[in-house]
Amino acid sequence: MPFLQVQDLKRTFPAAGGGTTTVFEGVNFSIERGEFVCIIGHSGCGKTTILNVLAGLDTASGGLAIMDEHEIGGPSLERGVVFQGHALMPWLSVASNIAFAVRSRWPDWPRSKVRQHCQQFIDMVGLSGAEDKKPAALSGGMKQRVGIARAFAIQPKMLLLDEPFGALDALTRGTIQDELVRVVQATHQTVFMITHDVDEAILLADKILLMSNGPNAVIAEIVENTLPRARTRHDMHHDPQFYRIRNHLVDFLVTRSKQFQTGELERPAEPLTVRPGVDAEAHRSIPDAAPAPRAAANH
Amino acid sequence: MTPRREIFAAALLSIAFLLLILGIWHVATLPKVEAAGAADEYAKLMGKGAKKSDGFPAPSQLASAIAKHIADPFYDKGPNDKGIGIQLAHSLSRVGLGFLLAIIVAVPLGFLIGMSPLFRRALDPFIQVLKPISPLAWMPIALYTIKDSSISGIFVIFICSVWPMLINTAYGVASVRREWLNVARTLEVTPLRKAFLVILPAAAPTILTGMRISMGIAWLVIVAAEMLVGGTGIGYFVWNEWNNLNLTNVIFAILVIGIVGMALDLIIGRLQRLVTYAE
Repeated sequence: MPFLQVQDLKRTFPAAGGGTTTVFEGVNFSIERGEFVCIIGHSGCGKTTILNVLAGLDTASGGLAIMDEHEIGGPSLERGVVFQGHALMPWLSVASNIAFAVRSRWPDWPRSKVRQHCQQFIDMVGLSGAEDKKPAALSGGMKQRVGIARAFAIQPKMLLLDEPFGALDALTRGTIQDELVRVVQATHQTVFMITHDVDEAILLADKILLMSNGPNAVIAEIVENTLPRARTRHDMHHDPQFYRIRNHLVDFLVTRSKQFQTGELERPAEPLTVRPGVDAEAHRSIPDAAPAPRAAANH
Repeated sequence: MTPRREIFAAALLSIAFLLLILGIWHVATLPKVEAAGAADEYAKLMGKGAKKSDGFPAPSQLASAIAKHIADPFYDKGPNDKGIGIQLAHSLSRVGLGFLLAIIVAVPLGFLIGMSPLFRRALDPFIQVLKPISPLAWMPIALYTIKDSSISGIFVIFICSVWPMLINTAYGVASVRREWLNVARTLEVTPLRKAFLVILPAAAPTILTGMRISMGIAWLVIVAAEMLVGGTGIGYFVWNEWNNLNLTNVIFAILVIGIVGMALDLIIGRLQRLVTYAE
């Protein structure tokens, strides 16, 4: 059995004027231990709701999620969450924000051990020297780093990231992505992450879940990332395989994501697993997989 | 930051205004000479013709009264003649006790109302009806049931300070950001830790605003309450000096009430700044 198994997950909301709206239904996927999974889809497809169900902050209307052989029934310290808006407590310093989480995890630890543990994770995200600053004195990128350090510091079995870099500028986003790659590789952390950024997904994820548009969204495809794991932001776009994956993802978001609603494409009972550029089948679905000139020259 | 020069100019202008007020006051209270007619002798006999003020104290009289009160603020010569320090201490202790009592009741109750929509709906009618009642209207009931004028004063302070604190605490608790509560939930924080380490600091600035309003009202009300029940306190002092027709002391007491009120507000304002956080 995989580390995380999501079976037939469904979420409905009461609609205006009676009745219900089904945001998503029949959501099936699994995550192995140490795997990094990204989920991509347009706004309103219910990505955040899925993440909240996994976090235990929201309850599914149907189906279930099983992590480490236990059904997820509520929030747990086994799952660390990095929130979209960093969610730091503004009255606490950087160190105290992290210490709050650490003390919740290990209430019996002496003060010195808590401090030492916090410092380790502050150093990990490169915030040494900013321990005593209040969040208001930090830039957006630094705040998000604190959020990441806080989630890592409780050493959860799985990390849930809700579009953590959405509000950051491109440069800051790049450096934090690199840091996340480094930390995840060092800790073999299992990660589930929401993103809108196709390049970010290819850089970070082993597996990319593609969601069709909501309402009645499903996970339509699971794209396996066939780029070598040692990829970096600086060199991955030299690999022609990068463009095959990227085009596949962009094509999905631009065209196929809406075709499930119009009936042009049939909703799959189980999501299709594709390896763009490797499987012949995947090639078929890409009308124009011409890579950029530079990548072609590399060929 | 305001530039130094501007602060200096403002201070200078304040002093100028003060001198202007004192000047007008001084001129207005200068002794007037009444027109003396032929019947000089008679006028003198009637106490007219001589330089005579209309009884309103001059600034100089106030100054000497201030000096006298400050030189010996804690004398006690029986129930009708106590130093201003003793009177103030009585008033402040009543306000302090009533205020403390209000905190003990309003903050936990405000937490309950802020966290539970059910309790908010259930208690809202009571709050809406009780809030606009003048605290002095409670006085007869307090005197009848408590049978002690001093404790009745404390009760009146309690009842007038409780509402702003209660309403602000409930509002502050209800508007704690959802994401902070979600952080607490994902960290499996116990309810008690959540209340003290997340909700309380998050709502503290709003709660302190309520306390500041309460303290302002309490200090207004104590003067009126003490005039009513008598015995001790700065309000009683004002009324007693009015009965003595000693307007100088009345003006002195007004000044003291204003300064102490300002000091109380400053103290809570300082506390408020301590718990306020920048987002």
